[in-house]
Amino acid sequence: MSLLQIEGLGIDFGGLRAVNDVGFSLKPGEIVSVIGPNGAGKTTLFNMISGIYAPSRGRVVLDGEDVTRLPPHLLARRGLSRTFQNLQIFQSMTVLENAVAGHHLHDRGSVFADLLALPASRRRTRASEASARALLDRVGLGRACQQEAGSLSYGALKRLEIARALALKPRVLLLDEPAAGCNAVETEEIDHLIAQVADEGVSILLVEHDMKMVMRISNHIVVLDHGEKIAEGEPAAISRNARVIEAYLGAQATEVQNADG
Amino acid sequence: MPEFLQFLLSGITVGAVYALVALGFTIIYNASGVVNFAQGEFVMLGGMITVFTYAAGLPLPLAALIAILATAAIGVALNTLAIAPARGAPVVSLIIITIGASILIRGATQLVFDKQLHRFPAFSGDTPIAIGGATILPQSLWVISGAFAIFLLLWLFFTRTLIGRAVLATANNRVAAQLVGINTNFVMTLSFAMSAAIGALAGVLVTPITLTSYNIGLAFALKGFAAAMIGGMGNPKGALVGGLLLGILEAMTAGYISSQYKDATAFIVILVVLFAMPQGLFGSKSTDRV
Repeated sequence: MSLLQIEGLGIDFGGLRAVNDVGFSLKPGEIVSVIGPNGAGKTTLFNMISGIYAPSRGRVVLDGEDVTRLPPHLLARRGLSRTFQNLQIFQSMTVLENAVAGHHLHDRGSVFADLLALPASRRRTRASEASARALLDRVGLGRACQQEAGSLSYGALKRLEIARALALKPRVLLLDEPAAGCNAVETEEIDHLIAQVADEGVSILLVEHDMKMVMRISNHIVVLDHGEKIAEGEPAAISRNARVIEAYLGAQATEVQNADG
Repeated sequence: MPEFLQFLLSGITVGAVYALVALGFTIIYNASGVVNFAQGEFVMLGGMITVFTYAAGLPLPLAALIAILATAAIGVALNTLAIAPARGAPVVSLIIITIGASILIRGATQLVFDKQLHRFPAFSGDTPIAIGGATILPQSLWVISGAFAIFLLLWLFFTRTLIGRAVLATANNRVAAQLVGINTNFVMTLSFAMSAAIGALAGVLVTPITLTSYNIGLAFALKGFAAAMIGGMGNPKGALVGGLLLGILEAMTAGYISSQYKDATAFIVILVVLFAMPQGLFGSKSTDRV
């Protein structure tokens, strides 16, 4: 039984067919990567799945429920969370507050208890903070808790965004280039983190340019080119696939020409 | 000395009204980054609707309640019809929309009601209370306690409650707020409703002292804006202190110099504050990553 099912998803921007008829599925605990040359439509696909864009065609089914075109906050409540390639962080909050914000989805208390700071409300606050700290330790930001998020390095912000997404206790996690801008050590840490999270049963959909990382951790790879799915399969099979090699090498050959010219 | 006390008391009364208007600015600014120049019209609507429902024979508390709820509904309509459809437009465009809305509301009020000055009776009579040689109207005490009560509630709302923090999170980064499960449309609706209700409350409280008419909104909007800027836009504490400070300065200017210069004080103060500390007294420094 697949947890997330993408069926014939497509979107047009004006006359431009940005993504067309893309379909695949994720089982619980599976890591699926979406790869493809720049401009292939990977982030657009992510934006449709996570409710940022409304797809023109196709369906997104989460655990048997059609969630196509649901806004992001309702998807978050149904257990789908994501990170962004270009970061969506509460810049003027502290690192801890960012992670705590992710927890609030699961904490529902009465407004009056909060206003009067009753013990129940304070207990809840302490509990969210404790689990936020645990998550921050896990992504290696435990010591940066009280820093303003805006002051962190790009790599650290990437990890903070993952921590906040994990705080929502998602069933499906979409990661858009989690290792971009990270050094080799950080990339390896993120690598381990993703594998660990998947081991806990969370399905992970990944867009990533670091091919070594993709080949190492993916169970399944979907390849996009010009908005269409051109191949799908296990990493070993994908790395031998003629159409995939052409899509990438074709792009590379043009780059080489441009560089020469 | 009694003279000084008198000026101080009337300054605090006027300042409390400015503070209420500034608190209204604070809420919408916190949720959206928009400075809502229709805020003064909410004050006017609060007073005007109370005047006419009271004249229609309803008891004053009920008339006031209806005015506050009706104004809150108008606030929500302003968001739904004018601000929400323009989401994604630059903040400046949204501010211009609020100016347009304020002109519309003023014009509509003039047509629906009239162009006269109105008042309704003070809540606890008109017998001045003597304090150390100066006097204060019982209604002034209503205005002052109203401002403090609303300030306290808002401060608790923003610091203690989940929904209050959701408002702040929405202002900070709307996409991120949606990602953590915040319904940002609801947050915006709530902010406009609260802002409008607080503005209307200010109108209800102050009308027995200053009278009301369809065109009083603009002055309140400008003074409330000045108060919010002095205190630091977005901070409830700043709104309260800024409002009181501005009210007292105005009263002192009117008392010791000339009431001709009363309005100029507000704008001189705002210039000085913006030159010396652009973030206001309590505003947080904003730094952008480049």
